[in-house]
Amino acid sequence: MKHSFSLLTLLGLLAQPALAAEAGAVSPEYRFLTFAVFGAIIGLTMFVTYVAAKRVHSAADFYTAGGGISGLQNGWAIAGDYLSAASFLGIAGLISLYGYDGFMYSVGWLVAYITVLLVIAEPCRNIGKYTLADILAYRNNPKATRIVGALSVITVSTFYLTAQMVGGGVLVKTLIGIDYEISVVTVGVLMLAYVLFGGMVASTWVQIIKAVLLVTASIVLVIAVWAPYGFSLPAFLESVVGDAKVQAQVAKILGDPAKNMSAAELGQRFLEPGLFFKDPLDQVSLGLALVFGTAGLPHILMRFFTVPTAQEARKSVIWAMAIIGGFYVLTLFLGMGSAIKVGSATIAGVDKGGNMAAPLLAQFIGGGADSMLGNFMLAFVAAVAFATIVAVVAGLVLAAASAMAHDLYVGVIRGEHVTPAEQVTAARISTVIVGALAITIGIAAKGQNVAHLVALAFAVAASANLPCVLLTLYWKKCNTGGIVAGMIIGTFTAISLVMVSPNMTYPEKVRKDANKALNGTPASEAKPAVEAKPAEYFFSDIIAIGKGSVKAKPAEDAKPAQPGLIEKIAKAEEKLPTIADAADKAKAEKDLAKLKKDKAKAEEDLKKVEGQTESMAGLTEPWFKLKNPGLISIPLGFLAVIIGSLLFRDRRAEEMWEELYVRQNTGIGAAKAAAH
Amino acid sequence: MSSMNLNWAAIEADPKFQNLHRRKSRFLWGLMAFSVFYYFLLPIGAAYYQELFKTQIWGPVNIGLVFALSEFIVAWSIAVIYSKKANQEFDVLAAEIIANAQQIGGKK
Repeated sequence: MKHSFSLLTLLGLLAQPALAAEAGAVSPEYRFLTFAVFGAIIGLTMFVTYVAAKRVHSAADFYTAGGGISGLQNGWAIAGDYLSAASFLGIAGLISLYGYDGFMYSVGWLVAYITVLLVIAEPCRNIGKYTLADILAYRNNPKATRIVGALSVITVSTFYLTAQMVGGGVLVKTLIGIDYEISVVTVGVLMLAYVLFGGMVASTWVQIIKAVLLVTASIVLVIAVWAPYGFSLPAFLESVVGDAKVQAQVAKILGDPAKNMSAAELGQRFLEPGLFFKDPLDQVSLGLALVFGTAGLPHILMRFFTVPTAQEARKSVIWAMAIIGGFYVLTLFLGMGSAIKVGSATIAGVDKGGNMAAPLLAQFIGGGADSMLGNFMLAFVAAVAFATIVAVVAGLVLAAASAMAHDLYVGVIRGEHVTPAEQVTAARISTVIVGALAITIGIAAKGQNVAHLVALAFAVAASANLPCVLLTLYWKKCNTGGIVAGMIIGTFTAISLVMVSPNMTYPEKVRKDANKALNGTPASEAKPAVEAKPAEYFFSDIIAIGKGSVKAKPAEDAKPAQPGLIEKIAKAEEKLPTIADAADKAKAEKDLAKLKKDKAKAEEDLKKVEGQTESMAGLTEPWFKLKNPGLISIPLGFLAVIIGSLLFRDRRAEEMWEELYVRQNTGIGAAKAAAH
Repeated sequence: MSSMNLNWAAIEADPKFQNLHRRKSRFLWGLMAFSVFYYFLLPIGAAYYQELFKTQIWGPVNIGLVFALSEFIVAWSIAVIYSKKANQEFDVLAAEIIANAQQIGGKK
């Protein structure tokens, strides 16, 4: 199962300490190029913030840009919010390493927007004002629903934020080699500048600029990769199938079964499913979290309050779908292109998760690691990735700060009795609090495995936020009791299932893997064929009760012992002095250095889990077998809203239903609500 | 959020609104169900119908790749179909209700 690590962990992958190259991907003599490009992009966004700051006077300006963003602009901004470093670098990387499965992964992210388009965007525009909790509070007890709504928004944003901060710090370190702490603080301070002074106006424009840069860079790269094949899909893929590096990568993933395959078969296998995803249930669970979670992400929802009408909200989702979908189609060429131009081995050498595929492809197309243009293009892509992180963090901070200031402070503590000036002050103070928190958490979480946090953010959004928003908009009997129950149970189930899932660190397993890497595996005897067996209980494949189902396996021959790293290093050191050819010697030295690095990593892992036998939740092995809790927690979230509503009947919520339903469908009074 | 001074129940009960509600619900939830169904065909196909997905139909291009690309086409088509329908039908019906809101819903 070595390739089936969590599906929503692209950002988390960025955050593993082992990936950080010491010097950065840009060579030192071209470092000035990096700083020039970074400087230009930061300068541009700062100018935008300066202009925007003059337009931010009221709370509405700060939270929603006064509802003055057009559909087209908002579409680009939504695409900007969504195309985080995870999708830009991560998906291109997955495709470059695993082919088809990486591309399949990108589909869910686009389909998620159908839910947003059909049932969320327009009603939210018609009902809401600044925050998700506005929608929940409309016909329910405002204090109770604002508290649970705001807490859920802050929870989701914090999870997502932490993953972005840690991932961003590592990314900048890998790309240009500046310290992790400095990267995190830079990201945090820049983001604070955008949000604090420019509010939603600046955040939106920064997202638009970044999305345009991202799409432009991708189009340029794809043209450079695809043009030599006359823009023919079969001709391009033919060269992928025929590429020796791709074939070697497939052989490496498949292991033993690859021995009987021809080179052409190996290459073709890259275009077939099954190299990355092993467990179909996990994939369905992830799909559910994406399709329902996206519509519950607070920083995405908030975007619909920035347009003047439901029609513009609709238009913005359609633009966003065109941009996001178009971008994901491009990732097919970016990923496959880097697989043949740069090679999977080189990509994985810089970063195990493949996140450097697109930047390295840019460098190759510009003329390689020793050329000026190559380094300029690498620096450009790196700067876009950096802008991406800052912009996404800005959106998240704004969402969390609005929940804190608008829902908790103004709505609950002050009971809506505040002056407009106080509202803006509250918003800015909350922004500073959330921003400082983000920087602190980012630094504190250095070197931590934050892989599960993105999965958690989507899972909580799908299991708590979405059921509540959807049912209060579409189900007459939904009320305060249902919202409170749904928020609490949805959040709680999603978090606790992730805590006992394979996403967490299990010391026993870490120790076993590290020992195996160091000492190798002993010889194994021939094994008879295994017959497929169904699971013992219905749920055995999902939770650790009884035996899970068994897949059929052909008979295996006896295998000789595999040497571990210690043995390999000893042998390599022995052999080194006997190599005469200088080029061979350099290569052998490089291999040895890599072996030593792997050994250090394995030893570090062993040290980390020394004396521990249980995971954070007190388990020796995962109790919940899926990486994503969606399959269980989403239905539970919906159920909790329904049962909660039926248990605590509320006459007022039902009396207000007609008003809410007419408004969400027609938008009567929406323009007025936006004006206040 | 201050309630406007309209008789919302009367508007809700108005045949015009009921007409909009019926058409919209049927259309939206139908489209939603179809899109979820079509999306999950991809992971299910990739997991359980690998032989089919591996069948090459255009040089190295196999059914799996074509199906994955079709997901994009279907998603975009749904967006276009919905937007046409909403612009031409739902917005017009809603505009009529808004124009008559004072008359149907009058002051309480």
